[in-house]
Amino acid sequence: MKITLKVQKFDPEKDKKPYYKSYELDMEPMDRVLDALNKAKWDEDGTLTYRKSCAHGVCGSDAMRINGKNALACKVLIKDCGSKITLEPMLGFEVVKDLAVEMKSFFKKFKSVKPYLINQDPPPAKERRQSPKELDKFDDTTKCIMCGACTTSCPTFWADKDYIGPAAIVASHRFLFDSRDDADEERLAMMNDADSVWKCHTVFNCVDACPRNIEITKAIGEVKQKLLYDSF
Amino acid sequence: MYKGGTGQWAYFLHRLSGAAIFLYLLIHIVDTALLGWGPKYFNYMMQLYTHPLFKLGEIGLFAAVLFHALNGLRICIFDFWVGATRYHSQIFWGAMVLFSVIFLPVFYIMIQRVHF
Repeated sequence: MKITLKVQKFDPEKDKKPYYKSYELDMEPMDRVLDALNKAKWDEDGTLTYRKSCAHGVCGSDAMRINGKNALACKVLIKDCGSKITLEPMLGFEVVKDLAVEMKSFFKKFKSVKPYLINQDPPPAKERRQSPKELDKFDDTTKCIMCGACTTSCPTFWADKDYIGPAAIVASHRFLFDSRDDADEERLAMMNDADSVWKCHTVFNCVDACPRNIEITKAIGEVKQKLLYDSF
Repeated sequence: MYKGGTGQWAYFLHRLSGAAIFLYLLIHIVDTALLGWGPKYFNYMMQLYTHPLFKLGEIGLFAAVLFHALNGLRICIFDFWVGATRYHSQIFWGAMVLFSVIFLPVFYIMIQRVHF
């Protein structure tokens, strides 16, 4: 099928403001948007810039706005987009070039919630055992691939760069509800910060944008409830 | 513009209706405070409120308060029953049905009091 791929282009070294460039391509309906981008870059415009790595929805490199909504280019099929596809960089980050954005601040916030197991007890001989019921409490939030689609779909994040964002809260939830982790007090103090969970206004854009279908607003709600009930 | 779903529009409308209610409250504080300068200014202000534009504004104010209240309850549901987040869109449309059921009869009564 013939498609028009309209891509927002911007080179901060040359351009004063972003502009759109269209590529007429012949694609299969079951091709992914990433295939179309590759075709445009390899056959028509070598300057076209975007991030990609695994191309199978695991690495989270190619998150972008596809027809106005955040998604991974490697997971969206051409047939689901129609014959006119508009690609723009994620909102709220500085554009490095075209569809590639500067994500240093995103990863800084992600790391700030200490997304790793904290347990002061000496490691057992074999493993720290956990029941399936205990795993259920945080299994959903283990699926995050740190693509940034949730955080950059959030109106609070667009307006307030200090907001930690849904991705970092999801990372905190993953360890906060893990029975093997014993840093609840420290994690809850971080989540109780003015720039954390209380800035979530239940907009649900993050839930719609997550390529891993994580129930992000539910996770944020669980952290809010833990903060509330654990303080009594 | 980001193409968000019902949650995004509920959020924008919640902000918009909140700002409208705040604006109304500011005006309301001013008109009540006018009593301090005697009946002359206060009565003039009350007379001004009979203008059709203010009467239409009253309908808008009712719509804003009603939407803000219903959507506020919707948000409270998510705070206390996190499992309800799975049905956020259905809950929004449920709130909009409730909005229509309450607003339309009130609109019918209020619009009859607007004389151009």
